[in-house]
Amino acid sequence: MEPSSSAQLFLVGANHHKTPIGLREKLALTAEKMDQFCTALSQLRGLREYAVLNTCNRVEFYGVVESPEVVETLQAEFCQFQGLSPEDFRSIRQHALGPGAVQHLLEVSSGLDSQMLGETEILGQVKDAYAAAQKRQTVGPVLNRLFQKAFQHAKFVRTNTAITEGQISVANVAVDLAQKIFGKLDKTRILLLGAGDIGEKTAKAFQSRGAATLTVSSRTLERAMELARTFNGAALPFEVMPQHLADYDVVVCSTSAPHAVVTTADTSVAMKKRRAQPLFFIDLALPRDVETEVAGIENVFVYNLDDLARIAEENRAAREAEVKKAREILSEKAEALWKQLGYGLGGNNAR
Amino acid sequence: MHEFTDRTWLWFASALYFAGFVLGTIGVLRDQRLSRASVYVTIALGFLVQTFGMYLRGLAVHGCPIGNTFEIFQFTAWSATALYLVIGPTFRLSLLGYFACCLSAALTLVSLSVPSWDAVIRVNLFGGNPWIEFHAALALFSYGVFGLLGLTSTMYLLQFYSLKNRNLRGFFAFLPSIVDLDHISYRLLTFGVVLMTASLLVGSRYWLMHSARVEPVKMISTVVVWCAYAAALTLRWRGVLIAKRLAIVCISLFVAALLSLGPVSYNFKNVPQRTAPGPR
Repeated sequence: MEPSSSAQLFLVGANHHKTPIGLREKLALTAEKMDQFCTALSQLRGLREYAVLNTCNRVEFYGVVESPEVVETLQAEFCQFQGLSPEDFRSIRQHALGPGAVQHLLEVSSGLDSQMLGETEILGQVKDAYAAAQKRQTVGPVLNRLFQKAFQHAKFVRTNTAITEGQISVANVAVDLAQKIFGKLDKTRILLLGAGDIGEKTAKAFQSRGAATLTVSSRTLERAMELARTFNGAALPFEVMPQHLADYDVVVCSTSAPHAVVTTADTSVAMKKRRAQPLFFIDLALPRDVETEVAGIENVFVYNLDDLARIAEENRAAREAEVKKAREILSEKAEALWKQLGYGLGGNNAR
Repeated sequence: MHEFTDRTWLWFASALYFAGFVLGTIGVLRDQRLSRASVYVTIALGFLVQTFGMYLRGLAVHGCPIGNTFEIFQFTAWSATALYLVIGPTFRLSLLGYFACCLSAALTLVSLSVPSWDAVIRVNLFGGNPWIEFHAALALFSYGVFGLLGLTSTMYLLQFYSLKNRNLRGFFAFLPSIVDLDHISYRLLTFGVVLMTASLLVGSRYWLMHSARVEPVKMISTVVVWCAYAAALTLRWRGVLIAKRLAIVCISLFVAALLSLGPVSYNFKNVPQRTAPGPR
């Protein structure tokens, strides 16, 4: 499989597998730093093509060099630029040549190498990295083909395996459940009870998926108003919340109250006003904010933190079960692609 | 083509509905999202073939083919399928096509596999009176609507069960939202009651003129079905009968409506009969 050409396809970088978050922060390239470093790379002799994938979880260089020594030089320059010792970098680095680099990019683009297995945002980030490299005119025949095929194969894997199915974060699981109850969320009104971190994340997930309105109710009205401003929503005094329960479709609870704040009596009254409309409680608080008996009221659905975490875990396990299948598909694709790339590398690996 | 009888065409139609059901089941078992287009095309082909079979039967009986239990089951399946073909693409409810295939396959296969239901064929059942024929066709079409309502109610109960029991994977992952199912069920219930009311209004004119010709059992069972559905609609409108209870009521009423077809179809009086299978 190894090409006997003078040119060499490579990957070098660091990612979440071996690099702790503190170090990843240090290695990440800001837009300004990226420009500076790319200008420096343009002076590097023997570097024919390159693209930089720079996300919160990885900084990876893909390129074509005339000899493997050039990769070592690039690595040394990067360490110097970021103020990291080459020895330290070597202990955390991700490095591959030839078909290994092809396989890695295909797995990264498909979300197989992501911290949140199967996430789809990475494909957009790889596309952005490629677009930036095109703009800088640092990609040539090899990387053009490699990246374009990587996008194609990532899409193929996502369509033909269940690697992206089911949400694996608690917030997104909650939004998916709301969609199972209400369908489209564009008419769904959300009430956020309390100002807990996980509740805030869930509210953000609802907002990003198109919820109609978002209202915050907290024991401290000022805090509620402050949080409401960040969501461009409204604030509701906590004392009047039970009387307004009927006005909302989804209630995200994350207060730090030592007892339940949503009672069976209040919910029963609210449900009479809501007639046929269901009500969905997402209870993320510990101790729980919603009385246990509320789940027994007709047309009311209650999910607590354990329920959501269990669903997220099941989805993650289901995705992991698909990893082997996805890897096998990508291996075949990588092998075929590597043969095609041989022509661009001037080698004989196409034979 | 000429050697095929109407029953042969109806067997073909039934096979197509069953094929749609099998296709859907394989997709669900493989945990894959069903291709709406493939299910829709299969059910549409089944509908076309069934329409042709019903047309041949209509020619043979000189009217709308709703003269025995076999024909009534076929007509109900045909009505439900026709309605699905219209509302399926409009509401785009996941799995509705699959469930429609199940219903049509079940109704048509059952009717075809009980020979006694088609042993007696009633020719010129409505004596050339277009109004009474229209009344009967409209009433049976409303049964088709209620059949589809039974399906959406079943889907509602399945989704409700999956959400309450936190069982969201596999088949349940493909079900539509309960609010969407509730909306479509409410509309189907309204539409079915409107159709049945119109049917009864048309029929009442005939009954007023020829009350002796109408069997009390037939009339009472039809009126009871209408009253039950009208009551369910009123209670749903007032927010009293909702969610799971409404779904259970709609399924139970459809089963009861199907059972009531027995007394209705066996009480045609003064109608020329012949034994099947004749040249059709």
